[in-house]
Amino acid sequence: MDLLDGWIASGWRLTAEEWTAIELSLRVAAVATLASLPFGIAAALALARGRFRGKMLLDGLVHLPLVLPPVVTGYALLLLFGRRGPLGSALEQHFGIVLSFRWTGAALACALMGFPLLVRAIRLAIEGIDERLEAAAGTLGASRAWVFLTVTLPLALPGVIAGAVLCFAKALGEFGATITFVSNIPGETRTIPAAIYGYVQAPGGEAGALRLSIVAVVIAFGALLASEWLARRSRPGARAGEAGAR
Amino acid sequence: MIRFSCRLARPGFAFDVAFEAGAGVTALFGPSGSGKTTAIRLLAGLEQPDRGHASLDDTVLLDTDRGIAVAPHRRRIGLVFQDALLLPHLSVRANLAYGRWFTPKPERRIALEPVVDVLGIGHLLDRRPGSLSGGERQRVAIGRALLASPRLLLMDEPLASLDRERKLEILPFIERLRDEFAIPVIYVSHAIDEVARLAAHVVRLEAGRVAAAGPPRNVLSPALAMAGSRFDAVSFLEAVVTRYLTDYGVTVLAHPAGDIVVPGRSGPDGARVRLAIPAAGVTLARGRPEGLSVRTMLTGRLTGLETDDGPLALVSIALPGGDMLRAYATRLAIDGLGLAAGDEVTALVKTVSIDESLLAGRD
Repeated sequence: MDLLDGWIASGWRLTAEEWTAIELSLRVAAVATLASLPFGIAAALALARGRFRGKMLLDGLVHLPLVLPPVVTGYALLLLFGRRGPLGSALEQHFGIVLSFRWTGAALACALMGFPLLVRAIRLAIEGIDERLEAAAGTLGASRAWVFLTVTLPLALPGVIAGAVLCFAKALGEFGATITFVSNIPGETRTIPAAIYGYVQAPGGEAGALRLSIVAVVIAFGALLASEWLARRSRPGARAGEAGAR
Repeated sequence: MIRFSCRLARPGFAFDVAFEAGAGVTALFGPSGSGKTTAIRLLAGLEQPDRGHASLDDTVLLDTDRGIAVAPHRRRIGLVFQDALLLPHLSVRANLAYGRWFTPKPERRIALEPVVDVLGIGHLLDRRPGSLSGGERQRVAIGRALLASPRLLLMDEPLASLDRERKLEILPFIERLRDEFAIPVIYVSHAIDEVARLAAHVVRLEAGRVAAAGPPRNVLSPALAMAGSRFDAVSFLEAVVTRYLTDYGVTVLAHPAGDIVVPGRSGPDGARVRLAIPAAGVTLARGRPEGLSVRTMLTGRLTGLETDDGPLALVSIALPGGDMLRAYATRLAIDGLGLAAGDEVTALVKTVSIDESLLAGRD
């Protein structure tokens, strides 16, 4: 009963290092989700409504991180965005942005891994919208951009929220690509999963691993509940007294 | 003035239609698959022709030869769909305001209040589309299109998804907007009664081509002969309002063949009225029978008898003044009365079977 003894000895209290990991994880996941949201909506719109050559290719590229081993994705990021990689060196020279071994790099890795889930949810929501509604808005004088902002996006909102939550949850749990791309640096790239991995590797770390695991469960569950609540609120005509009167 | 001429070839469907439409209601009439909706979608810019031209007054909307195709949202053509297609996430009020918001300020000719009044939707403004009945939704859709102050209003079978009662509820609103807002309307329908009631000009389409165009009397009657369904046969008469009997709630109309009594108030004295009389609602008699409840008795000359092996005959009666009245009778009754072409007959029409509407244009 080493684990239980350790647990009792250390109590519920999270160490400063663990708090740092939690804060970092939330920051990485939030930035990854918010930054990829515009791209995710654009990709979903293109896949749902677009008619262009190379749509299959785009579809494949978006979904690639879902089926690739995360380590491969992380390694590809390292090759491309590492300080000597073609994109990484360009970013550093022109914008002074360094991604490798920084928390921003962790956010990039998480965004990439969460992207397929984000796009998929939004795409399904857009495909579920009656295109004739968009045509109707067009005949009322709304340009394509306005139709998107006033019809497509509001009607797809439940899907956007669901996709964002999935992406956020995936980003919180992302491990393989992150650790390969940006390593496991305390305070910089040591997110909750990396910290748990670290605890498990070191002797006597079980209590810390358990504490962080519980935190991860609580955050994930909270995110799911929040998304459910938001989706209910944003579903058109689903408020009390308005449903089912067709 | 709307000028339209477009060609389009799709697998299994060829479309080659040209027509002109002026003020008032122009009906595109024809069976399903005849190209009515395609014409509407081309006019609205939702579809592109292989080759074509469309203009509204002096604005060219489409000219494939010159590479002009104005985007739908810049055409300022309102479109009312068969399904109302209200935006489900917006209130009725916001739906109504939607098109108005995108209309340039100087071109907002139509204000909210009169539209809400004419369509009778004031009590719905704060509701959501999901909670409206089909008829209410369609009225809101018409209002939404109107409030964008369109230069032309397209209505694509706006009543087709409604039952008869809801239709009768909405038709008067469409008549009022035709008369009060002075926007040319192109009205697509395969329902002959709607077309007869609303339109001053009819373009009849068949298999992607114009089969006939002109005033409803000229265009619709041949359509009836071909319609096949005997209970769709309707005659159109023109009569003049002579007086309204307040105590009885009926209007008496003068026709060269005799007085016609219709329910309700048809219009001011002296107004010309077009009546649609279903052939199934006409009874035939020799001489003038007495002791009947029927108030409308029209005398004319039997000119044609169409029969087949079935029990019914379609009888054509030429009325004084040039109108043609059609009636269904059993072959048994025809033979019993000994009716033949050239005989003088009295046609009895039950007041409740008459559908009337004010003439839109004096064609």
